[in-house]
Amino acid sequence: MPAAAISLRPSEVQQGWRRWKSRLITCAMGLSAAVVMTPLFLVLYFLIREGASSLDWNFFTQLPKPTGETGGGMANAIVGTITLLAMAAVIGVPIGVMGGIYLAEYGSERGNDGLRFAADVLNGVPSIVWGMVIYVILVTPFKTFSAYAGGVALGLMMIPLIMRTTEEVLLLIPQSYREAALALGIARWKIILVIVVKAAMKGIVTGILIALARVAGETAPLLFTALGNNFWNHNLKEPIAALPLQIFAYAISPYDDWHRQAWAGALVLMLLILGTNICVRLLSRDRRI
Amino acid sequence: MPEVQSIRPPEAATRPSVPAAAPGVPSPEETPAFDIRDFSLWYGPRQALQAVTIRIPAKRVTAIIGPSGCGKSTFLRALNRMHEVTPGTRIQGQLRLFGDDLYAATVDPAAVRRRVGMVFQKSNPFPTMSIEENVLVGLRLNGIRDRAFLQRRLEESLKLSALWDEVKDHLKRPGISLSGGQQQRLCIARALAVQPEVLLMDEPCSALDPIATAKIEELIQQLRLQYTVVIVTHNMQQAARCSDRTAFFYMGTLIEFSDTRTLFTNPANPQTEAYVSGRFG
Amino acid sequence: MTHYAEELDRLKESLLAMASHAESAVARSIRALVERDDVLARQVEQEDNALDQYEIEVDDTAIHLLAKAPLATDLRLTAVAMKISANLERVGDCAVTIARRAVDLNTEPQLKPYVDIPRMAAMSIEMLRDAISAFINREPAKARAVVPRDADVDNLNRQLHRELASYMVERPPTISRCLHLMVISKSLERIADHATNIAEEVVYLYEAVDIRHTAPKANEV
Repeated sequence: MPAAAISLRPSEVQQGWRRWKSRLITCAMGLSAAVVMTPLFLVLYFLIREGASSLDWNFFTQLPKPTGETGGGMANAIVGTITLLAMAAVIGVPIGVMGGIYLAEYGSERGNDGLRFAADVLNGVPSIVWGMVIYVILVTPFKTFSAYAGGVALGLMMIPLIMRTTEEVLLLIPQSYREAALALGIARWKIILVIVVKAAMKGIVTGILIALARVAGETAPLLFTALGNNFWNHNLKEPIAALPLQIFAYAISPYDDWHRQAWAGALVLMLLILGTNICVRLLSRDRRI
Repeated sequence: MPEVQSIRPPEAATRPSVPAAAPGVPSPEETPAFDIRDFSLWYGPRQALQAVTIRIPAKRVTAIIGPSGCGKSTFLRALNRMHEVTPGTRIQGQLRLFGDDLYAATVDPAAVRRRVGMVFQKSNPFPTMSIEENVLVGLRLNGIRDRAFLQRRLEESLKLSALWDEVKDHLKRPGISLSGGQQQRLCIARALAVQPEVLLMDEPCSALDPIATAKIEELIQQLRLQYTVVIVTHNMQQAARCSDRTAFFYMGTLIEFSDTRTLFTNPANPQTEAYVSGRFG
Repeated sequence: MTHYAEELDRLKESLLAMASHAESAVARSIRALVERDDVLARQVEQEDNALDQYEIEVDDTAIHLLAKAPLATDLRLTAVAMKISANLERVGDCAVTIARRAVDLNTEPQLKPYVDIPRMAAMSIEMLRDAISAFINREPAKARAVVPRDADVDNLNRQLHRELASYMVERPPTISRCLHLMVISKSLERIADHATNIAEEVVYLYEAVDIRHTAPKANEV
């Protein structure tokens, strides 16, 4: 074919077709984005529609009323969830962060690979399995469901997650900072704690918040451990109420009033998680270059 | 007839004079800072340094030049045991600092690094710390609490690294808010604050513009009055400008070590001549 | 060959061209004197311009090279090139001086047969040639051998000055011709000095040893 016949500049027709193709794909992408966002908006929409009206002072301050009576609130469930999350954090955060530090800074390559694998597997364990395991360990021997058991279950679930996020964030800190500190003759553990971890603190806190948000909504493990409580919990060795449990109990009940409260509880839980995620976003913003 | 004043020769005392020495060997009145014999280093199976024998003089600037991969950075890092950060390294031979064996079994690497400080190619002030905290971190984390002492060291170190005037009113600002050249001088101040005996510099100016480079070169000239400085550089003109002695490495071997003027105007070894004239590397 | 190495070569070639021009200028100026050839003398005068241009060119190239921060042998070559070109240019000026005095001498009858002057000229030209050949062929020993010969040329010059001085006193009408001859002799002595300078620079280039001002010099007039 003679060279003159091949032109490297696209013809008018080709250019027109390219523009249309580009527009088509852009539209498809926009549509996909909308499709992805839709469930989130649906959830929020329904929650707000069904639950917002029930969010009154009573809801936040009163205990659940006995079966059959209307009114009452989920005060104990809200406090219970917060209590359980605090206990989970006490267990999950130190172990998870230290595990993450170990993975990032110490250990052998093969040993660490094994540890990471174990963490990833644990991350995938269904939450109901966690519940059953803690049931056998902490509930049966003491012959009672307890807040402790619930806290431990949630805490153990948090550990692999925090470990992995901490490790990843620590690995992001450039090696040059560690070397600079080493060159000053500072002991290794001091370097890791005072310099590296401090530099990664934002990322570590983010990881902790994400883990908290995740376990806040777990219902299954609490079924076998905390059990739920219609009254205030005065002793952590006894069962405790939690939002997911209460929502579950009310949702499967035949009472409309309880259904309404379940929606409200779900909305509160959702707002809690949304709030945590917004905090994460704000923290992750780089305020200085 | 008016007397013609005879022209007096320049005063020898007004210039800081470097005692004349046979090339390669410090003269008797110069004690060597580093006495290194048959020093070899392996990264796993690969030998990076081959039986290096050299005596680096004290209170002088020694430059190390050579093409990429010749082992100059490896050698520099061996001087304060920084190569141990990489797993799988192994050494053989003797390396003494003012008579002390740095690789003896009883020696704590952190103690070595307090005596032999290091400044890196890319400046790396700690991002979470202010200028003041950066300078003092070496002292604080080694247990020094005396505030008066710390304040004095802060000012001294920043003055030594020619940064005091520029930052004395902004000591609480974050270390990374400074310009590139200032950050490097901050790193130098940080290294000097712990009062090392030796300062190692691994291509300290390669990431800087010419003006910042000139400031640091001037700084090096000041530092040699108090510290032993060893600087790795790939810029031969910089070595010619800054150093008293220069060592040329090639493929892990020390090819030539002599005073800078000789090495750059009349090198003894033809390989050195070829490298310095730009014929290879 | 790199751009840089090509520039260094150009420098050397310019110096060689300059050297051969300077040599030929001296030889022709002496011939113009001995053969009483005005035309040749004027030629030498005019062609000196080329040497001046060479000096400018060599210095310019050298400065450009210095900006590239040469080291070791290249550095010494660049520094030495500037000095050699200056010396060669002065050799050319000396040749012009000889040529002009030759023209002046030709307006009067020849004083006496020229013996010493051609001898001095031969020695000076030989020294110049040896210095340049030492440069081309990397023979620092040959260059070192040039330096002591300067004393011989100095002695000849002094001797000639004394002879001419006594001649002038005895025969006043010959004063102007004697003066011209003294200047010519002095110019030849200067050419030998420049050759010595060039030889010293060649030794520095190839041995990195500065031998200037070390040998005791015979007193000059």
